[in-house]
Amino acid sequence: MPHGRLLRLISFAGAIIIWEIAASVINNTLFLPRFTEVIQTFYSVVASGDLLRDLFESLMHFGIGLGLGIIIAIPIGMMMGWSRTADNIIDPLVELVRPIPPIAWIPFAIMWLHLTHYTAGFIVFIGVVFPILINTYAGFKDTPHILIESARVLGCRTDRDLIKKVALPYALPSIATGVRIAMGVGWMCVVAAELFGVSNHGLGYKIWWYKDLHQMDGVLTYMLILGLVSLTIDQIFRQIIDEKLLKWKTGLVRSK
Amino acid sequence: MLQINNLNKKYDELLVLEDINLEIADSEFICLLGPSGCGKTTLLRIVAGLEQATTGSITLNNQTVTSTNTCIGMVFQEYALFPWRNILDNAIFGLEMKGVDKETARTKTRKYLRPLGLEQFEKSYPHELSGGMKQRVAILRALLIKPEVLLMDEPFGALDAQTRNQLQTELLKIWNKDKKTVLFVTHSVDEAVYLADRVIIFSNRPGKIRKMIEINLPRPRDRTSMEVNKIRNKVLKALGAEQETHDQNKTNTNQ
Repeated sequence: MPHGRLLRLISFAGAIIIWEIAASVINNTLFLPRFTEVIQTFYSVVASGDLLRDLFESLMHFGIGLGLGIIIAIPIGMMMGWSRTADNIIDPLVELVRPIPPIAWIPFAIMWLHLTHYTAGFIVFIGVVFPILINTYAGFKDTPHILIESARVLGCRTDRDLIKKVALPYALPSIATGVRIAMGVGWMCVVAAELFGVSNHGLGYKIWWYKDLHQMDGVLTYMLILGLVSLTIDQIFRQIIDEKLLKWKTGLVRSK
Repeated sequence: MLQINNLNKKYDELLVLEDINLEIADSEFICLLGPSGCGKTTLLRIVAGLEQATTGSITLNNQTVTSTNTCIGMVFQEYALFPWRNILDNAIFGLEMKGVDKETARTKTRKYLRPLGLEQFEKSYPHELSGGMKQRVAILRALLIKPEVLLMDEPFGALDAQTRNQLQTELLKIWNKDKKTVLFVTHSVDEAVYLADRVIIFSNRPGKIRKMIEINLPRPRDRTSMEVNKIRNKVLKALGAEQETHDQNKTNTNQ
């Protein structure tokens, strides 16, 4: 086993052992459940099928918001990055709405969409739309002028072609970064939205539910699941992006 | 024939090119030489259609050039390769824009990679290549759309001396084969004298054509021969006079 990986494993195991010992010493499951308790709870939620259902609903909320965010933010970001007029028209509106935390939208979301999956999706959407938009915008705006000119002398003349052949490929790494940041924010929004009872399942909902039952081992179990799911999504995304789309970025090509 | 007629270029109130008149025969190799900031790059950009002249016109075979078009190719000092495309796909960009199917364009282009020593690099990305190789790709990319005029804006300016000499020789080989009209901007007198049929020397801003020097020496030229030296001195002298007035102007404005 390589040295680095061994160290990681030791660090991980060490943390668990310390946790277990600390919890035993404290001996108050409301204050800090033991690791072994959490593992047992984890098994029971997996066995009962609850976890699958929760995971499914949370991913649905996440997916609705992220999908909508991508569909809306990327074209707007592209327009703003490409055309100064569009920038001048849209930018003030964006800057007005952007600082409002997504969670502050929950009352209106509930008024508009009632207690449905779409409400959660909407909150996620508010969370993801700005990071994607801003990064798309930055990527487009950064497109080196010389690349545009070099494409123009090679016969790429319409705005549509220049965007498709030059600005978009150039901005792709930046857009991907935006989506990645957005996924982090979006996942937070899933939990926040589900606390308001938009559904009777969901990873975030369950945290609140177990808290009301004073089952802190359940709370902790779902917290860890949230972290794991988020990590997994991020890793999958990175793999796809790094290997399929961005192999031209310095250092990525030859190191594999 | 490429004609530049009574061309003036102003940026706001700043006159950068004044009354440029130039007639360039087909397959003539022209080098534009002059102090920095004299507007030679601007002239090239106007010919390319990337900028508009304030007054005057450019005509290519009696057709007025108003915007970029595939009769005129350009090579930039910064290579301007697309970093997300590998070497082969960079080279085919112009063909792709002409509507040639990607695979056909690739097959067609591959055979040009070998004489340029780029054969093993077709799948490499620009950042993995040396400056000389990048510029070879950029030249190939510009030539593949079969322009009538090739504009080169200090294409070898960022290269080391040895690579530079090598690329000059390669460029002449290519030029010899398909005899394009070349407009080549450079800072280097040696380069101009080695390459050009005619060296055009610009004055300080506002850039005017100060002097034209024809070079009727056979190619490949011996960089160290007497004749080349003689012409080099002639060019240096013309340029030196320009440099002096430049410095004088500077001291005058400083006082």
